[in-house]
Amino acid sequence: MTPRRTPRTGRGGTITYAILVLAVLVSAFPFYWTIVAASRSNADLAQVPPTLLPGPNLIRNFEAVMEEADIGTALLNSLVVSGSITVGTVLCCTLAGFAFAKLRFRGRGALLALTVGTMMIPPQLGVIPLFMLIAELGWVNQLQSVILPGLVSAFGVFFMRQYLVQSLPDELIEAARVDGASSARIFWSIVVPIARPGMAVLGLLTFMAAWNDFFWPIIALSSQEPTVQVALRQLGGGYVHDQSVIMAGTLLGTLPVLLVFGLLGRQIVGGIMQGAVKG
Amino acid sequence: MPVQPPTGAGPGRRSGPGTAAQSPPLVRSRHPATPKGRTVTLTASGPTTAPVPPPSARSTAGARRRRWAAVVPYVYVAPFFTLFAAFGLFPLLYTAFVSLYRVELQTPGDMEWRGFGNYAALLTDEFFWTALRNTFTIGVLSTVPQLAMALGLAHLLNYKLRGRTFFRTAMLLPYATSVAAATLVFAQLFGRDFGLVNYALSLIGAGPVDWQNGTLASQIAVSSIVVWRWTGYNALIYLAGMQSIPSELYEAAEMDGASRWRQFFHVTLPGLRPTIVFTAVVSTIGATQLFGEPLLFEGSASGGISHQYQTLGLYLYEQGWGFFHLGRAAAIAWLMFLLILLLVGINALIARRRSRREEGRA
Repeated sequence: MTPRRTPRTGRGGTITYAILVLAVLVSAFPFYWTIVAASRSNADLAQVPPTLLPGPNLIRNFEAVMEEADIGTALLNSLVVSGSITVGTVLCCTLAGFAFAKLRFRGRGALLALTVGTMMIPPQLGVIPLFMLIAELGWVNQLQSVILPGLVSAFGVFFMRQYLVQSLPDELIEAARVDGASSARIFWSIVVPIARPGMAVLGLLTFMAAWNDFFWPIIALSSQEPTVQVALRQLGGGYVHDQSVIMAGTLLGTLPVLLVFGLLGRQIVGGIMQGAVKG
Repeated sequence: MPVQPPTGAGPGRRSGPGTAAQSPPLVRSRHPATPKGRTVTLTASGPTTAPVPPPSARSTAGARRRRWAAVVPYVYVAPFFTLFAAFGLFPLLYTAFVSLYRVELQTPGDMEWRGFGNYAALLTDEFFWTALRNTFTIGVLSTVPQLAMALGLAHLLNYKLRGRTFFRTAMLLPYATSVAAATLVFAQLFGRDFGLVNYALSLIGAGPVDWQNGTLASQIAVSSIVVWRWTGYNALIYLAGMQSIPSELYEAAEMDGASRWRQFFHVTLPGLRPTIVFTAVVSTIGATQLFGEPLLFEGSASGGISHQYQTLGLYLYEQGWGFFHLGRAAAIAWLMFLLILLLVGINALIARRRSRREEGRA
C-alpha cells in the first residue's frame, strides 16, 4: 500500500507548472481537435490556414455518421458487450481471487503460478484457434464471441487476490465458520462487502479495456453486428471520405468512456497507481 | 487508503507450519474410492504427496462437511479456470499446432499437414522481414521516448502541487481513448496537405513532411500515437513507485546537501528500478503486438504502399484475414510469442545483472 503522501519533496516551481500544463494541453488537444473537426464541413478542414474553432455542423455530421456507419447499433452493442464482460469478469475474479487469497487447497500454488505466468502473454497470439473455435460453434458475428473470451482476465484474478490478502482478515472468516455459516454465505456476506472497493476499481478498468478492445472484435464481428471499435474501423477503412463525418463518429464512440472517466477519473487514477505498487 | 493492521496476522498464519497442520484433514477426507485420475487433476502439478492413512470413520457428518470444505476452493476457481482453459490457454497452445497445417479462412475445419512449410514460406517472404524490422524500429521509437517522458513527468507530479488530482487525471485522459479513435484523429493531424502538424511545421519554415509515404516519417507518426496514449499512464505508475520510496532516504540526501537532480539520480532512480523494469517489459510486449495504429493510419492491412510501417501484428492480420492463410498467420503468432519470450528474457537478464552490480558496489 502506498504510504500517505510524503511531505519530503519540494514545492513545484513555475517551470514545473509550465511543463505540466504543456503536458495537459498535449494530452487534451486531440480531443479538442476532434470536436472542432466533427463540427465543421469537409471543405472547412481543407483550408490553409486551418480553422481552430468549432463550427455549426455537429448535428448534421452526427446524423451522417449514424446513417453511414450505424453508430447507434454499435453503441448499444458495445454497451452490452462491455457491461457483460465487466460483471462477469469481476465476479469470476473475485471468486478465484478469494480462493487464492484465503483458502488452502492442493494445487493452489501451481494454479496461481499458471495464472500469473500467462498474465503477460497477449491474448492476441491465440486469435487463430479462437477464430476456428467460434467458427465451429457458429458464433461468428454474434456478440457472445466477443463476450466469452473477454471474461478471461488473469490480471483481474491477481488483482483481487492481492486486494483480499491485504484487506480481509482471516479471523473474520474463521469466526463466521465457527458460527456455522455456509461457504456461499461467507462469500456473499463477508467477502463481497469487504472486496467491494477493489471490485469497483477492477470493474472500471475492465469496462474501459472492453470498450476499447480492438483486435479480436474486428475479427469476430462485422458491420452486421458491430461494436463501436468495429464501426470506427469501417469509418477508417476508406469507404467514407468525409473527414468531418469520420471525426463525428470518433467523437460519438469516445464520449461514453470519456463520461465514465469524467465521473470516476479519480478512482481510475487511484486504481492504476494501486495496481502498480502491488503488481 | 486503508493501512493494513490485519495483514500482520496473515503471512504468519499462511507460512509453513500453519499449512502443514491444516492439510492432513484435507487428505484424509478424500473419499477412499475416488479413482486415482481425479486426485491427479485436482493436484494439477507436483508429486502427489499422499500418505493417506486409510480412514475408517468417515461417514460421520463432520467428515462429509470436511470433504465438502476440501472441494469448495475448486468451486470458487472453477468459473475462471473453465473460461481460461477454453478461451485463453487452449488457443494459445493450439496456435503452435495450427501453424503446422494449411488452414484457409473460408474452410477453417479442413486442415492439411504442411510440416514447417508455413515457417519456410514466411522466412522467404521479404515482407515478413520488413514487418519484423518495422516492429523493432517503431518499438524503439515509441517505447523509449514514452518511458523517458513518463519518468520526467512523474518526477514533476511528485512535487507538492496545487491541483495535483487535476494534473494526474488530465494526463491519463489519452489512456481512456481507444486505439481506433486516437488513430483516426492522428491520421488527420498528420495529413500531408491539410494536416495540422504540417501546418505547424510550415510556421517555423519546415516541411511539408509526407507522413504517410516516408518510411521514417510514417513510423514516427505511428509511434507518436502510442506515445500519446501511454505516457500519462506510465507516469502514474512511476509516480506510485516514487511514493513508495521511504522519505528518510530523501531527508538524508538533503542533509548531505544533494541537489534535486542529484536526489533524482541517486535516490529516485535506484528505488524505482523494479518499476522501470516492469514498465519496460509491458511496453516491449505492447510494441511487439502493435496492430490498430498501423492498420487505421491509412486504413489498409498492408501498412503503407510499400509496407513501410507494417508491423508483425498487422502482417499476421493481412495473412489471415486479407489473404485467408490462417495456418501461416498461426506461424507468425507463434514466432511473435517466441520473440516476446526472448525480449522478456533479455529484459530480466539486464535487470538482474544491473542489480547485482549495484549490490557489489554497496
